[in-house]
Amino acid sequence: MSEVETAVITKVTRQTEQHEADNKTLFGFWVYLMTDCVLFASLFATFAVLHSNTFGGPTAHSLFSLPYALAETLILLVSSFTCGLMILSAQNKAKRLVLIWLGITFILGAAFLTLEIREFSDFVSRGDSWRRSGFLSSYFTLVATHGLHITMGLLWILTMGYQVLKRGLTRITIRQLTLMSLFWHFLDLIWIFIFSVVYLISGGLNI
Amino acid sequence: MFGSLFGRFNQGNVFPDSKITASAAIGIVVLIVVVLSLITITRRWKWLWNEWLTTTNHKKIGVMYIIVAIVMLLRGASDAAMVRLQQATSVGVHHGFMSASMFQQVVSAHGTIMIFFAAMGLMFGLINLVLPLQIGTRDVAFPFVNATSFWLFAAGALLINVSLGLGDFSGAGWLAYPPLSELKYSPTTGVDYWIWSLQIAGIGSLMSGINFITTIMKERARGMSLMKMPLFSWSVLGSMLLVAFAFPILTVTLTLLALDRTLGMHFFTAGGGGNAMMYVNLIWAWGHPEVYILVLPAFGIFSEVVSTFSSKRLFGYKSMVWAIMAITVLSYSVWLHHFFTMGASSNVNAVFGIATMLIAIPTGVKIFNWLFTMYRGRIRFASPMIWFMGFVFLFTMGGVAGVLLAVPAIDFQLHNSLFLVAHFHTMIVSGVLFGYFAGLTYWFPKVFGYRLNERLGKYAAYLWIVGFVLAFGPLYILGLMGATRRLDHYSAATGWHVMFIAAGIGGAVIACGIGVQIIQVIYSYLKRDSTRDITGDPWNARSLEWSTASPAPFYNFAALPVVSSRDAFWEMKHAKKRPEIPELEPLHLPKNTPAGLFIATFAFLFGFGMIWHLWWLALIGVLGIIMTVLIRVTSGEHEETISVKQLKEVEASLTNWRDYA
Amino acid sequence: MRRKRKILILVAAILIVFGLLSYYLSNNSVPVLSPSGLVATKQKQLMILALALAAIVVLPVYSLTIIIALKYRETNRKAKYDPDWDHSRVLETIWWLVPMAIILVLSVITWKSSHSLNPYKPLASSGKTLNVEVVALDWKWLFIYPQQGVASVNRLEMPVSTPVHFYITSDTVMNSFWIPALAGQIYAMPGMTTQLNLEANKIGTFAGSSANISGEGFAGMTFSAVSAPLYKFNEWLAQAKSSTNSLSVAMYQQLARPSQYNPVAYYKQPVNGLFNAIINRYMMPNQSLASGVQM
Repeated sequence: MSEVETAVITKVTRQTEQHEADNKTLFGFWVYLMTDCVLFASLFATFAVLHSNTFGGPTAHSLFSLPYALAETLILLVSSFTCGLMILSAQNKAKRLVLIWLGITFILGAAFLTLEIREFSDFVSRGDSWRRSGFLSSYFTLVATHGLHITMGLLWILTMGYQVLKRGLTRITIRQLTLMSLFWHFLDLIWIFIFSVVYLISGGLNI
Repeated sequence: MFGSLFGRFNQGNVFPDSKITASAAIGIVVLIVVVLSLITITRRWKWLWNEWLTTTNHKKIGVMYIIVAIVMLLRGASDAAMVRLQQATSVGVHHGFMSASMFQQVVSAHGTIMIFFAAMGLMFGLINLVLPLQIGTRDVAFPFVNATSFWLFAAGALLINVSLGLGDFSGAGWLAYPPLSELKYSPTTGVDYWIWSLQIAGIGSLMSGINFITTIMKERARGMSLMKMPLFSWSVLGSMLLVAFAFPILTVTLTLLALDRTLGMHFFTAGGGGNAMMYVNLIWAWGHPEVYILVLPAFGIFSEVVSTFSSKRLFGYKSMVWAIMAITVLSYSVWLHHFFTMGASSNVNAVFGIATMLIAIPTGVKIFNWLFTMYRGRIRFASPMIWFMGFVFLFTMGGVAGVLLAVPAIDFQLHNSLFLVAHFHTMIVSGVLFGYFAGLTYWFPKVFGYRLNERLGKYAAYLWIVGFVLAFGPLYILGLMGATRRLDHYSAATGWHVMFIAAGIGGAVIACGIGVQIIQVIYSYLKRDSTRDITGDPWNARSLEWSTASPAPFYNFAALPVVSSRDAFWEMKHAKKRPEIPELEPLHLPKNTPAGLFIATFAFLFGFGMIWHLWWLALIGVLGIIMTVLIRVTSGEHEETISVKQLKEVEASLTNWRDYA
Repeated sequence: MRRKRKILILVAAILIVFGLLSYYLSNNSVPVLSPSGLVATKQKQLMILALALAAIVVLPVYSLTIIIALKYRETNRKAKYDPDWDHSRVLETIWWLVPMAIILVLSVITWKSSHSLNPYKPLASSGKTLNVEVVALDWKWLFIYPQQGVASVNRLEMPVSTPVHFYITSDTVMNSFWIPALAGQIYAMPGMTTQLNLEANKIGTFAGSSANISGEGFAGMTFSAVSAPLYKFNEWLAQAKSSTNSLSVAMYQQLARPSQYNPVAYYKQPVNGLFNAIINRYMMPNQSLASGVQM
């Protein structure tokens, strides 16, 4: 075998190796998302058990404002959309567009988080904190766990922005962008559940 | 203002009042100092750092898991010895050598440490050592994650031992049922140590679960379809699927209890709208699968051991695979059997009782298949087989006890009694621990290049088996006599004293077994030249891990194996034509990194901060973890290349079944 | 010859152990196996039935293990060696189906017994049922006899051959109420009521305890359950009624404070509705005992 041939073969195997690595990372990330699903499922279960344990405190019905939660939902949905556009641009190797969509996604995510924190502080200032009842404990924990994930997502968006700026759209950054967008869509999905279970069903349909 | 800087250290009672705990703590500190100075004197720091602390190699991680697990096994065993001593002496007017609260801490620590740090550690150690070799790959799917998992496990193990010297440990039993584990009834640091050491180690386990699932699904050797995968790997797949589905529940449960205790929430409190029964449901929704997480890999080990030492193909491979998968699925549907006595309706109890009994079917199938693997074989009774024989007898007996406990109407009479304690020890000691001991003996030469002494290994197994019967037989009887678990004292009129003394003697015999095992390791090391494995295949075995040299080189296989049948290596050995030697290619292996160690260190600080209400320290921990992860993911290349020349040099130094050099 | 002697020694050892064991068991009380109550007797019978069914699988396993291990040991070169024989549809079908059949039978038994021995189900009886309210405290048991107007600590008295219906709660952490000679246990939990029905069919004093760890004084949470002829029970009631202490709210609060290894104590006139008031305190904020009881 000539040296050129060996080099070609080595390059080819290296590429398959890299392809396999991408594939493997994606698979591993899916498994992680599944475990996160179980985590949220457990929190949903605790909420379902405790949602009527108000211990003389406010009920879900009296506490939540549906329009507010709806606004949060819409913001997150739009951010999921912009995140999708980001991935499309990444596949087209449009670095500037990727950065722009990343930025918009970040702003929307931050807006969502701000709204959520405002809602929390509103409840707490009225004396309806997590200490008040089992219901409120489970509400705060479920929603804040999602919020914590969003915070992590925002942090991830920032690092991705930095990496795209610094390295451009390489195989590795595109892989990471893909994972990040998966994560973001996943959080959106979880929020839909939170919106339905916490605000719609438990809060009662009073618009 | 300044006070909050020191958190709970302001509240006094920082150091243990008990002389036993204090001396244990001092002993550990002295031991650590001795080890550290030994390393310094022999100038081994650099070696330690490069070869071990920053390694991402699965075999070294496996060895470290096993070392930590054995240390924790000894700790858990000394807790057990203290329990046996107390119960053998604390009767009537005598009150034993421990106070009630200390006894309860020891009991809780024993259970917690044995399950989370001894059994889980041995399991992950063995999986790390064997799995990549067995499926013919060079490492796990995510080596850095693997290192982080191990260091988190080690951080959890360290944290739980800190409770010996600072503060106290939980006395609420190994699963810390609320309301007893709530702040109102357990105001000290004990339960917090329990929560955070398990939380840190548990997240490591969860990451390992994801890692090994991906490894098995994506990294198998070419040609190894799932139905050609050796049974140990199958059992690991089942076990890791359980980890991935069960450990998030543990994470949530521990978090909720911590929120109750630190932020005044009301998940499980008595009053305030809390629901303690929900905790019991959640913890067992994790806890029951946990039992199968531990026992499935042991089943896998026995499958390898029985077939190897009978020199015969495993009987009923497909049945075995189906049985593993059936157990995996069923183990999620039975958690309620841990609390039939909580007042659920007859229908609910009956359904869960029946679901529990269903598990006996695939388990029984496995036992029959093992027996028929031996049938028409040529059985060599090496020590792994002795462990297996002990397992078959004890595990079957424990299974019968389990069937009794699965009938709710019977369970009302046996629950929380020593009968129950004897039952689950039978399952976990004979099922899990014996399996791991067999596995350790079996794969030891693959890792270290020489065999363990067989004679001492057999003595240890005999002592363990006899000791087990002596220690736990009486507990079955005591349970029927109405003795409940976790008693630090009982009245002489009960007549239990004789049985507790018998159990104590059994415990002493087991302790002798452990002693022989320690001697076995030292002796085998000293005599290693006489038991060197130069073939790479000391047991005439069947699966891929035996096709490479012993000890396995750091890259496992110079050329990745290609598989065409189930007992891949057996086939290679017996093929008429030796397969061609493939052309070697440069390898890409993960670089060393201290990031895992750093993450775990910060996790330890975080946990310690949360326990002692040192919020600034907890914050440093969190920020430290985030920073380390960020630096790691944004830094460049994580792999290094081994050239063909380097590869050939290493291969030349190995004696191998197949010569590449 | 040596092997014969070994087997002889083994058999002798086993016989000695069993001899000692049966001597020991005949001299001590084994309440689960020699019960004195209606429910516990049925539970024991069930246990033996389940054991017999399990033996259908266990005995073959044990004998097969011994036979196969002996016959196919490496040194026995006469035995057949068939290294590639790894499958037999008939055999595998047998050991899938036989355990399934046994489990099927056990399932039916489980289903039926779960209903017939449901601890909440009152026992059929011609006579009157005695109601007792049980409160687990740190670290003692309080028994309230609402109809009889007495209460006791760490001593449960009941007439023989009379169904007793317990309503059980806890004013502290989780405990488990267990009298093995009479019936299985049930958890005692704060803010909740669980129930247990039993009937003693022998006269005697039986040990009761808490089966679930509840803190420092847990081991001392034992009590005696006494089943006596009706006239003796009535005598006991009279004795308790003549106690100097009446179980007022204040007295209860004093009693509920943590204490260990409490001696037996009697109270007259337990305040009405105490049991429910104890439970209700966990249901809403600021519920004092005093406002909960019916004055």
